[in-house]
Amino acid sequence: MADSSLHMPGSSAPAVENTVDDTSPPLVELRGITKLYGSLAANNDVHLTIRSGDIHALLGENGAGKSTLVKILYGVVEPSAGEIFWQGEKTVISSPVEARNLGIGMVFQHFSLFDELTVAENIAVALSGDWSLTRVREEAKTIGETYGLTLDPDRGVWSLSAGERQRIEIVRCLLQKPNLLILDEPTSVLTPQESERLFETLNRLSAEGCAILYISHRLDEVRRLCRTATIMRAGEVVRTIDPRRSSSREIAAMMVGADIGEVRFTAAADNTREKLVVSHLFFRSEETHARALNNISFTVHAGEVFGIAGIAGNGQTELFDVLSGEQPTSPGAVIISGMPVGDRGIDERRKMHAAFVPEERLGHAAAPSHTLSENTLVSRKDDDMVRTGFVVFRLARRLARRVVSAFDVRVSDKDPEARTLSGGNLQKYIVGREIIAKPELLVVNQPTWGVDAGAARLIRQSLVDLSREGSAVVAISQDMDELFEISDRIAVLREGSLCPPRPTGAWTKESIGLEMLGQGGEGVSP
Amino acid sequence: MRIELSRRPDPSPVARALAPVFAAVLVFALGAVIVYLMGKSPSQVFYAYIVYPLSDAWGLEQIIAKATPLALIAVGLSYCARANLWNIGAEGQYTMGAIFGGWLAIHTHGTDAGYWVWPTMLVLGALGGMLWGLVPALLKTRYNVNEILSSLMLVYVVQQLLDYLGRGPWRDPQGRNMPNSAIFDGNAIIPSMIDGTSVHYETLIALLVVLISAVVFSRTVFGYRIRLTGDAPRAAHFAGYDNRTTTLIVFAISGALAGLAGIAEISGTNHQILAEIRTGYGFTSIIVAFLGRLNPIGILFASLVLSLSVIGGQNAQLMVKLPYDLTSTFQGLLLMFILAADAMVSYRLHIFRGKGRSHAV
Amino acid sequence: MLFESILLTIITASTPLLIAALGELVTEKAGVLNLGVEGMMVMGAACGFAGAVIFDSTVLGVLCGTLAGTATALLFAVVVLGFGANQTGAGLALTIFGLGLSGLLGHSFIGAKREPVSMLFIPYLSDIPFFGKVLFSQDAFVYFSFALTLLVYLFLNKTRAGLNLRAIGENHNSAHVLGLPVLKIRFWAILFGGACAGISGVYLSLVYTRFWSTGMTSGKGWIAIALVVFASWKPGWAVVGAYIFGAASVLQLHAQAAQFNIPHQILTAFPYVATILALLIKSIRYGRMAGAPGSLGIDYVLD
Repeated sequence: MADSSLHMPGSSAPAVENTVDDTSPPLVELRGITKLYGSLAANNDVHLTIRSGDIHALLGENGAGKSTLVKILYGVVEPSAGEIFWQGEKTVISSPVEARNLGIGMVFQHFSLFDELTVAENIAVALSGDWSLTRVREEAKTIGETYGLTLDPDRGVWSLSAGERQRIEIVRCLLQKPNLLILDEPTSVLTPQESERLFETLNRLSAEGCAILYISHRLDEVRRLCRTATIMRAGEVVRTIDPRRSSSREIAAMMVGADIGEVRFTAAADNTREKLVVSHLFFRSEETHARALNNISFTVHAGEVFGIAGIAGNGQTELFDVLSGEQPTSPGAVIISGMPVGDRGIDERRKMHAAFVPEERLGHAAAPSHTLSENTLVSRKDDDMVRTGFVVFRLARRLARRVVSAFDVRVSDKDPEARTLSGGNLQKYIVGREIIAKPELLVVNQPTWGVDAGAARLIRQSLVDLSREGSAVVAISQDMDELFEISDRIAVLREGSLCPPRPTGAWTKESIGLEMLGQGGEGVSP
Repeated sequence: MRIELSRRPDPSPVARALAPVFAAVLVFALGAVIVYLMGKSPSQVFYAYIVYPLSDAWGLEQIIAKATPLALIAVGLSYCARANLWNIGAEGQYTMGAIFGGWLAIHTHGTDAGYWVWPTMLVLGALGGMLWGLVPALLKTRYNVNEILSSLMLVYVVQQLLDYLGRGPWRDPQGRNMPNSAIFDGNAIIPSMIDGTSVHYETLIALLVVLISAVVFSRTVFGYRIRLTGDAPRAAHFAGYDNRTTTLIVFAISGALAGLAGIAEISGTNHQILAEIRTGYGFTSIIVAFLGRLNPIGILFASLVLSLSVIGGQNAQLMVKLPYDLTSTFQGLLLMFILAADAMVSYRLHIFRGKGRSHAV
Repeated sequence: MLFESILLTIITASTPLLIAALGELVTEKAGVLNLGVEGMMVMGAACGFAGAVIFDSTVLGVLCGTLAGTATALLFAVVVLGFGANQTGAGLALTIFGLGLSGLLGHSFIGAKREPVSMLFIPYLSDIPFFGKVLFSQDAFVYFSFALTLLVYLFLNKTRAGLNLRAIGENHNSAHVLGLPVLKIRFWAILFGGACAGISGVYLSLVYTRFWSTGMTSGKGWIAIALVVFASWKPGWAVVGAYIFGAASVLQLHAQAAQFNIPHQILTAFPYVATILALLIKSIRYGRMAGAPGSLGIDYVLD
């Protein structure tokens, strides 16, 4: 990509004026950071400079090395080589405690919380120094009022939404008055409205002189929020740019290294055959802290992709389990190809040419210590692979090889254990394992969660293609952009209830966001 | 100092194969030190423990006779362990097998009932062990009661039952108040495979069980189901298997094999019901199962090793006056070292000294 | 007075269970399942008795037993924390090892007998009729067990170190990224469990029976583990549980002495059946793992 094209004018204007202090030494400087895992370089000779008051984006695909780099900066991971300079002085950060003492705070993507402890205890446990729970309560309240991050200190964390959990992580950092706040994919669990509030908080912190390192793959928000962006690819820094001066498309190309293009999307096949009917589904699982499903009804036709949007924890897992048959319900609640199957098990539904891809790749869709060929048997015990109780491993290996080549699964070994594959490769494998049999109904939960752009593109395209060949596809996803890209119709799941579906064109990001929060956006006000 | 463990990206298969050997060598070395500290000559003890039992036919026969129940029970335990379940109550299932089978021997005593008696006793023994094994399994699947604790508690319970029977209703009326039954009739005794030895048909059964289980684990859907359940229960559920049923089945198998070993011991070795048959086979078999990598063929070899340690221990008691407790000390250490060696194959240890760089070990 | 003497024996039977259960409770709260309580306890019993006979001192005996329990726990800590060995298996191994080694060490002390340990009479309070005898005229272990309950409660719920320990047991991955010293805290928690099991064993050989016999713990270590589950990992409930079990085993002895027309084996089996029933009732009422630390028994390995 030509350099000049990176500086196109006319990108959206920044919301806040630049307050970056260029004169004094940078707040933190990473020089030549390298991290090796075996022979694999997660980070290779990475240089990164962050100044006080800067909102600095760290961009890159899944697997580009962003998380490793920030874990090194936060003292969780030890670099194999390289140096860290803090306010001009060479420093070794050998533990998160030392990082916090320097003034570094971090908000983790998958959170670092303790479900059965209270909010106050969760905050106290991450503070260095002598903090009584009383003092934590008081100061958390003050910080909460100042930044609009209200929390009930005595609630158990297990009862909180993802947005509230993130607030705990942020408050916990702010109590230590950080000079540098690191956020790893903070908006992936937030509604657009919640994200807006986060941006306000971050802009305010930046204005107060705190530097922010913001990791994301959502380019629109990076371009609005950040003044500097460092782009990583395959463990190396590709370049550092001003994201306000480039288009999302250009930045994406730098992240991936090539233009991966968009999903080809043709109009839905005009088909009125009902493949899946869910009617008046009520369900309550026995699991602790599970979400009850409350009177869900929808119909999916052959030839369409039906998207179910919503923030994690609103009943996605429970809905998937009921659709797949892992959790039985009343017979009439789930109807596949005209047959009431609500009380039938997953194998019987598979025999009706239904297929399922659960959210959790390792441990649910695939067994970690089993090889790929052994893992074909998880969902494909028909196909002649089982004869009178014996497994025909030859056929299982053949099927595994077909999936590997058809879905571009990169493997180092002929038949590796599932655990050795990267997230993206394993996801391609488990989606491919189902799609290659051309199921008439495919239900997939979080099809591309935590997957690199190339793999995501391939998976999304194959879902669309499957539907265009006359199958019905149900895609449950937190990623709104993804649903806009592949769905014909979208409905929103909130607190175990599903809103009436609308054609994708009838939705906007804002209207979906409001639906995720409840009608009319109640609860958005600070 | 700070230490961390991380998963090795590519565990070496050679190391995996050698880990149990390494553990055994370590126990030998440590054993020599302990024996020396106790004021005995390690070479003498080594002779009594290892060389002497292996040096004549009678010793070898004893090793095989003792290895048989160990192998039988350990293979059963491997069904549970592969499904990631812990049955530590095999000793109890063994005892229940003895009681169920023994019942028939007592009730046909003096009736000249025919040759069907001892085979039926074996079947009853397996049934008794199975039923007793199903108790912790049902408590787990229906009520989520921890199977480790319940299966162990049931050992104490059934031992009291046997004690009651041996001293009470089943006591030999002519036995001068000894806590045991009358000597069984010939029909109630498992015949020897080789005349004049204590190696009887239980050994043949054990070999068959080993071979069948090897095939089950490596070739069949049922074996796949058990392994899948152990590796990832949710994936097994996703594959359409009911995990509760799997739990019941593996405990039933495990209990049946332990029960079989129990009645075989009564019928083939003791030839009578004793109020106390605490051979400890049920516990020793846990070590056998892990030393044999939960692999039936491996278990076959491991059972011979542990049997040698039992015979050697009894020998050392007589020849060098070493208490038998030394053997269980060794066995405990052996299990501990096997687990540690296994873990070392899969995990890498990092030691951080102060603020410096880490040293991988 | 029969009732009073029954009450006194119940206290004697419950105290070792309570001390061992408190130790295991702290270990498990840190996320480590140590099934070797029986082994550590029996080591404490053997070494405590041996020490008391050799030095002719109860205090030194207690010290020896505590150290023996701690040393046995140290072996477990090294294997489980340092090598990442499976906790369930290593705990079983520790039990087998402890039963064997204690038999070796205690071999030459079979037949020896110790005098009863002296009671501590709390001035004035011990003069109160009935209550004075029951509550304030006990041996030091009994007072210690109640003080320990209180200390464990305060430590877990009111101190920063206790908060760290609970956090580590709840989710060791979160604890790791926050920089909490997971292995260090677990190490001390395991040793604490070992020390408690050791003291509990000493109590068995020096107070309860006053002689040593091989394998004399006869499953009490396992009952202590079950007590922790029964108590939902709460120290206060461990007291309740320990006294219920203590009462069960004492009443069983009295029933045998009273020559009821039931086989004594049923009575001997009663505590073990009661253990299963207690776990069952707890499961049915509250769900099996209600209150269990989230990372209990799970290998702590970084990716």
